[in-house]
Amino acid sequence: MSKSTIVVGLDGSEAGARALAFAQAQAKQIGDCSITVCFVIEWSPFTFQTKEENEQRHMRREQELQRAHDVVLDPAVADAKASGIEVEGIVRHGDVADILEGVAKKRGAIQIVVGRVGERGLKRLFGGVTGRLVAGSSVPVTIIP
Amino acid sequence: MNKLFTYVMAVFASLLPSLAAAQEAVGVDERINQIFADYTGWYVSFIFAPLPGTNFSWIALWLVVGAVVFTVYFGAIQLKGFWHSIQLVRGDYSDPDDAGEVSHFQALATALSGTVGLGNIAGVAVAVSIGGPGATFWMVVAGLFGMATKFTECTLGVKYRNEFPDGHVSGGPMYYIVKGFSERGLPLGGFMAVLFSIFTILGALGGGNMFQANQAHAQLAGVLGDYPGWITGVILAGVTFAVIAGGLKSIARVTEKIVPFMGVFYVLVSILILIINWDMIGWAFGQIFMGAFTGLGVVGGFTGALIQGFRRAAFSNEAGIGSAAIAHSAVRTKEPVTEGYVALLEPFIDTVVICTMTALVIVISGVLNQDPATGLYIWNEEAGRIATEGDVSGVALTSAAYARAFSWFPILLMIAVVLFAFSTMISWSYYGLKAWTYLFGEGPAKELTFKVIFCVFIVIGAAASLGPVIDFSDAMLFSMAIVNIIALYFLMPIVKRELNSYVARLRSGEIVKHK
Repeated sequence: MSKSTIVVGLDGSEAGARALAFAQAQAKQIGDCSITVCFVIEWSPFTFQTKEENEQRHMRREQELQRAHDVVLDPAVADAKASGIEVEGIVRHGDVADILEGVAKKRGAIQIVVGRVGERGLKRLFGGVTGRLVAGSSVPVTIIP
Repeated sequence: MNKLFTYVMAVFASLLPSLAAAQEAVGVDERINQIFADYTGWYVSFIFAPLPGTNFSWIALWLVVGAVVFTVYFGAIQLKGFWHSIQLVRGDYSDPDDAGEVSHFQALATALSGTVGLGNIAGVAVAVSIGGPGATFWMVVAGLFGMATKFTECTLGVKYRNEFPDGHVSGGPMYYIVKGFSERGLPLGGFMAVLFSIFTILGALGGGNMFQANQAHAQLAGVLGDYPGWITGVILAGVTFAVIAGGLKSIARVTEKIVPFMGVFYVLVSILILIINWDMIGWAFGQIFMGAFTGLGVVGGFTGALIQGFRRAAFSNEAGIGSAAIAHSAVRTKEPVTEGYVALLEPFIDTVVICTMTALVIVISGVLNQDPATGLYIWNEEAGRIATEGDVSGVALTSAAYARAFSWFPILLMIAVVLFAFSTMISWSYYGLKAWTYLFGEGPAKELTFKVIFCVFIVIGAAASLGPVIDFSDAMLFSMAIVNIIALYFLMPIVKRELNSYVARLRSGEIVKHK
């Protein structure tokens, strides 16, 4: 039984891949450690949509989930598994910072690892995803440049 | 995209010459009017017929009686369930595993964008100028009762919608009438559903389209100076076609974002005006309450205020018409009742909040002329309403009232009116389309046919002054309510069963709060 878990935020970018590689190295050092790879599709329940969008929402959601698995998550999970680590892959809709924090809490993770997202302008000023994650997280957060 | 473009061009090319000709030869307008008046006049007179010995149209009473029946039957659900509705919209009960599906908030916002519109701006002005400030009181009363009607129809809309293999959904009164009636072993479900669909298509082309295009043009011409209506029509039709035929989703999205913003801004400006005139708020409420029962010198007195208020509420929030049930059925919830709860907020926001704001500002601004000696309103016999500043009514009256506080307001109002009209048209194109596909089946070619017809009617609506045609389409909207409310009476026990089961599970803790 795994004693500890590391949550990795994946977004399909190179920084995300580096985050996963870092987490793998960590997990190996710890030994009895599993990885939860989480892909978050940015989504808010408080946006305005057209009637057609609402009507087709369920269909689109299924497509989004499928795509996330096919393109990003499943290959990453397969890679990590090949190196002999226990890995689980999940896709969620919502706010990236909230979801990662929620997943980490639920699984009693020891840390969250994310890749740094290059953010400019106002977003840097007000703190982007990583900033908010750091500000609100209940476990240590490692940011991979 | 290329095919679409050729289609649009072909439609416009065929329209332009005939429209230009229609503008030159006023005779065409008149002939269409005459034909319509001859063949449909009797039906329009029937729908808007007053009850014997009064000037209260029976159709307004039909809607109000329905609303009162549902209020009593569901034990004042709009009061008992109000807080729960807000919790649902906030997402307190949303399962995180369902994230990514249409949220309750999104369903509410989408449905509201179809109802908040000209009724809240122009309609209220008409009601207050004919029925006096007291009309506001009855409008709010009717709006509060209408919340129960929306609760009933939207619960049914979600419960009996159609889910197609590819995952998209279609719902609305035509679906719940057929399925609900057969479930209860009642006859005529199929017939009523077809009837409802026909009324919906005609209502969508009229009140949801020609009337909106017509008013949008009137407002534009009022501010920018007179110019031919077909220009507005062709532009509106072009943009609408681009949106509904699938090419330009971005415009629809922009509208869906701007319209709620305009709505909120409108309310904020109203509140600001009320704050500036805070010392008059008590007086204005006094006018409204006294007017509600005495009429304050307005011809027709108490009943005049009552009629105007009730009519306005019915026109504005569409409770009982069945349109909202179509919009809400897209939500994928395990509990149809939750959608009913959410929908009952619509008449509250639309009528109790936004319409009341307009009415208060009109009353406080003093654009309604009062006799300084007696405090009674001066009746303009010729126009059949209270004498107003500048002798205007409708949007122009609202505009004048707000302009007293902020001189830039008429320009903003013009933009708001055009956007509201546009979003109402987009909404009704969807309602019409759903009725169309119910009758003729789903399929790209069939749907495109309806969309083209819809856009042609926008041009006609903006270009022509087709009084009888618009009267006929208004009559269609209310015909939808006749079929729909009859169906609701037969189906309300099903809603009651759903509600009781839901409330019991809420109490027992089986339905959990996630936040």
